[in-house]
Amino acid sequence: MNMPAKQALKRRLKRRKRLDLVMRALSFFAAVFSLVVLAIVLYRVVVQSIGWLNIKFLTGTLSMFPEKAGISGVILGSLLLMVIVIPVTLILGVATAVYLEEYSRRSVLRSVVQTAIANLAGVPSVIFGLLGLTVFSRFLGLGSSILAGGLTLSLLVLPLVVVSSSEAIKAVPLFLRDASYALGATKWTTTWRVVLPTAMPGILTGNILALSRAIGETAPLVVLGIPALILRSPRSLLDDFTALPVQIYYWTLDTVLTPEYAHLAAATILVLLVMMFVLNGSAIVIRRKFARRY
Amino acid sequence: MAILHTSTGKHHRIPSVTRGRKLDRLMPLVLLVASMVPILTTFGIVITLAADAWRFFAVVPLSEVFSTELAPLRAEPSFGILPLVNGTVLTSLIAMLVAIPVGLGTALYLSEFTSNRVRKIIKPIIEVIAGVPTIVYGYFAYSFVTPLLIKLLPGLGAKNVLSPGLVMGVMIIPIVASLSEDAMNAVQGSLREGAYALGSTRFEVAGKVVMPAAMSGIIASFVLGISRAVGETMIVSIASGSSKRFSFDITQSMQTMTGYIVEFTSGDAASGTTGYYSLYAVGLLLFIFTLILNLVSQAITRRFRLRAG
Repeated sequence: MNMPAKQALKRRLKRRKRLDLVMRALSFFAAVFSLVVLAIVLYRVVVQSIGWLNIKFLTGTLSMFPEKAGISGVILGSLLLMVIVIPVTLILGVATAVYLEEYSRRSVLRSVVQTAIANLAGVPSVIFGLLGLTVFSRFLGLGSSILAGGLTLSLLVLPLVVVSSSEAIKAVPLFLRDASYALGATKWTTTWRVVLPTAMPGILTGNILALSRAIGETAPLVVLGIPALILRSPRSLLDDFTALPVQIYYWTLDTVLTPEYAHLAAATILVLLVMMFVLNGSAIVIRRKFARRY
Repeated sequence: MAILHTSTGKHHRIPSVTRGRKLDRLMPLVLLVASMVPILTTFGIVITLAADAWRFFAVVPLSEVFSTELAPLRAEPSFGILPLVNGTVLTSLIAMLVAIPVGLGTALYLSEFTSNRVRKIIKPIIEVIAGVPTIVYGYFAYSFVTPLLIKLLPGLGAKNVLSPGLVMGVMIIPIVASLSEDAMNAVQGSLREGAYALGSTRFEVAGKVVMPAAMSGIIASFVLGISRAVGETMIVSIASGSSKRFSFDITQSMQTMTGYIVEFTSGDAASGTTGYYSLYAVGLLLFIFTLILNLVSQAITRRFRLRAG
């Protein structure tokens, strides 16, 4: 090889290596970028809520005056929503998943239901709000009650529950079913006594994650027309209510008039994030502790 | 009826067996009814939106719908949808300008440039970002990013398109990153090894071999990201405000389709007015937009799976 060609090759190699280094560095910054933003969000929320997030805030009731405001009724609203979302999604979601995986393999219905679920999963949550407003609030006359909100959120997260429950049921090995049939069990007995107990950790994990998504949802509840008034704590599932994300929304909007509301919003965000953290944490624990592999 | 012959010679009926048989016949029906709920929900959405949107389109002429004048609360209201479409497109565009490069870079880093150990730490954290409620991002955009941007751009409004667009981009990074990474991971190792054996650098392998092979999955992730941006509600309704002007000035307030729905339902739009029905018209349009985007994304993914499998 002559000298100029060798030098050209060396220059080219150097350029390629430099480009490689630059691109790898850029991709590293891209990966770190979201972590940094997440850290800033958390830092900001914590700093803003220092001095505001205390026992009085957690146990008090809503008030016009920022210093006196507490969110016990708001927390109760979110918890009561969960009281509706948990049974509705668990029963409907698991029933649908069992039907899809155990009873209707390779049927037309199965593919229709699966298409519906795939499309529902992509529908913006605000549209579910319009559905809830029309069907639950107006047609069934539930107004902006906890029941209407809970049912709307249940429909919203149902696709998630069905998909995760289906995965859990699919993971149950066939030989367990065969063993059950060999002992003379019927299909339903096999499903109820063998398949569901084995799939339960996976089903619960998916359910809890869906629940955590549901309690953070704001748009469907706002669309249901939950009033920005100072409400008393709900006493029954048919009462009007406000939930953590809705309260964060109104307080953030109202910072224009009362800057202190920003602190209340931040403190409420922290409460919401802690609730979600506990839910996600318990999902991980369940998966680690009870999941069996065959 | 099941009969059991015991050693004493007496006949015992076993009730549980009979009950079991009955349940065995009954349960498929019960389960079938339950699995109708997703189908009913889909129809419910289409019917509720279409029925009330129909009442809107019966009253408002199409020439007005496709105008740039939106003033639903005026004495003589005008229902032009273009300002809302414009607000939605601009916020989504800004979001994707953030989410595509950063999300793709993240996917490249996780899939090609780092060890499994680092990947196992970073990936769950990025999934946490996807789980943060959007209302938190809305608060963050309005109370932190906007004031910060005003220091850099003094002309920026307290409500503007730029800040929620950027924050929405951050929200969408995990969607792009995680789906693109899945697609890149699915590329066979032998392709990479072939390229390395020819003396390629890591970036050349990633850019010239892995990314082209994973392209359909990557594009599907972009499309899904756009669909999320179009349907995102809380960030834009808090931080971009409710101005119904038709303009391209991203430093000022604009309303998106989702923002319009939230403003009109949380206020008291009297049932039965044209303003009330306009909600459903906007909802229907939003539904159609996101449905098309989701179907496109699904179609691309399906083709990609066929080829990979």
